[in-house]
Amino acid sequence: MLLPIVVLGATIVVFVTVRVVPGDPALAAVGFWSGREQVELARKLLRLDQPIHVQYFLWLADVFRGDLGKSFFSYKPVSEELLRRLPVTAELSIFALIVGIVVGVPAGVISAVKRGSLYDKTARFFGVFGFSIAEFWLGMMLVIVFAVMLPLLPPGGYVEFSVDPVRHLKGMILPSISLGLPIAAIYSRMTRSSMLEVLMQDYIRTARAKGLYEKMVIYKHALRNALIPLITILGMNIGYLMSGAVLIETIFGLPGIGSYLYEAIISRDFPIIQGTVLVIALIFVLSNLIVDVTYSLIDPRIRHGREE
Amino acid sequence: MSHVLTKYLVKKRHAEIIEIIKYLLETRSFLVFGSILSLLIIIAIFAPLISPYDPLEQNLSERLNPPSLKHLMGTDQFGRDILTRVMYGARASLIVAISSITLAALFGVFLGIIAGYIGGKLDTVISRIIDIMFAFPAVVLAIAVMAALGPGIVNVILVIVFVSIPQFVRISRASAITEKEKPYVLAARSVGASPLRIMFRHILPNTLSPTIVQFTVLMAWAILTEAALSFIGVGIRPPEPSWGFMLNEARNYILTGEWWMILFPGLAITISALTFNFLGDTLRDALDPKIRRRARVY
Repeated sequence: MLLPIVVLGATIVVFVTVRVVPGDPALAAVGFWSGREQVELARKLLRLDQPIHVQYFLWLADVFRGDLGKSFFSYKPVSEELLRRLPVTAELSIFALIVGIVVGVPAGVISAVKRGSLYDKTARFFGVFGFSIAEFWLGMMLVIVFAVMLPLLPPGGYVEFSVDPVRHLKGMILPSISLGLPIAAIYSRMTRSSMLEVLMQDYIRTARAKGLYEKMVIYKHALRNALIPLITILGMNIGYLMSGAVLIETIFGLPGIGSYLYEAIISRDFPIIQGTVLVIALIFVLSNLIVDVTYSLIDPRIRHGREE
Repeated sequence: MSHVLTKYLVKKRHAEIIEIIKYLLETRSFLVFGSILSLLIIIAIFAPLISPYDPLEQNLSERLNPPSLKHLMGTDQFGRDILTRVMYGARASLIVAISSITLAALFGVFLGIIAGYIGGKLDTVISRIIDIMFAFPAVVLAIAVMAALGPGIVNVILVIVFVSIPQFVRISRASAITEKEKPYVLAARSVGASPLRIMFRHILPNTLSPTIVQFTVLMAWAILTEAALSFIGVGIRPPEPSWGFMLNEARNYILTGEWWMILFPGLAITISALTFNFLGDTLRDALDPKIRRRARVY
């Protein structure tokens, strides 16, 4: 119900953002060294010759038709380029989430089960550490260690899956780890605290009392319930993944929407910045919506709470 | 009567503050990370006095030297001393984090409390704006605004203020909504206190705990964001040394193995963010009476 307001608001924010340029946006965009014709062309492409509200509604109408404008410099349609690049970012994000889950959840479970042990303390330290690390720095350090000092993996570059699946996947390892480890840190913290809470519940005591193996109690009874709150932060993670993609794709030379935004920012290609940020916001809002719906489907307490 | 009541409340609050300070002083992680933070601040303030070289002085005969006794963290592509630049980088990083998050907290708490307490249309408007801002991943929004505004430390601060205000609004609004139903607010209203007085004298102090924790955690976030913006090239620009831009320059030397150009600025970013995150964790425990007192019994 709030969705249309938020999406419409987001379009205004994006529209205004690109126009807070001090001075003449067209001139700022193409650079002071360009010729008069180029400045005029930029002005036309951004419709700067029209009043501001007209600019906005014309742009909005284009956006609804799926037209996000054309690059200032290559004249390629932004929406086509975004569609071409989206799968790369999606793949990177999914791999990073897998790293986050595979590393984070078991770390959190062991931490909760062995509460107060040395393992727990170490895991908690790395939990905060992973959360405080700049993912782009982590990426650079991984390149130095695993591509330069020990030449095991490529330092960057992108090979299409259809061209060479092995090299494609090898090229995704370091970017996925760089982007995924901070997520693993968050998951281990969340899993730990949520497991600790679940382990204190009566039904766990019942399960133990009826003589179930401890492993069964932990993995079958406790973990399943402890994982539910993790779904809520998945939505937030999508935002992190999108921000991280800008940096990680740039460092590793992956042709996703993140590096597209980076290149546009360096060349001040405003139609691309405008289109990409809007698409990122839409992905973020929609994934949060999906997360909310999934959460209410999984947890009957919320589902019934809303119906009342 | 109300005089007695105020006195009681003040007394109670003092006792609680003493208890919190006592808890913190007995907590090892607070002492460790508190000291690291003090050290960072001292380095930032006294960088010109304690750094071994000039941060901008180029020495082309000593370019790209690995760490040695002469240059503990090595030198960069212009022969500048990296240790010195890391020390000066602390200035930019802390100035940005402290000023931006302080401003964001002031605006955010103010808006959050009036939205939560007054409610109605004002609340709807503020809440919708916050919802819209939450539609963007904060770093992406910051990058986009910086791309338009142009680089510079003042712009970095403004942008971080802008994208972190919603965090404070959300927290303060939620606390204000819970607090305004409590008897003490009713009592204050019945003795004729003005809405402004109720909001900022009575409700505000009771909503501060989550805000303080958020403040600390967002400091870490601001340090990481400033680094990311400068790394992309839209944040703090040379000649002013900043950790993010040092990493930007170091990118060209990844494959040739000049690891010290990358390791040390990144470590500085991570240690600073880690310090604030750990302090945030400790404060969260200290400000929660249940955790604080349980820890004492054990």
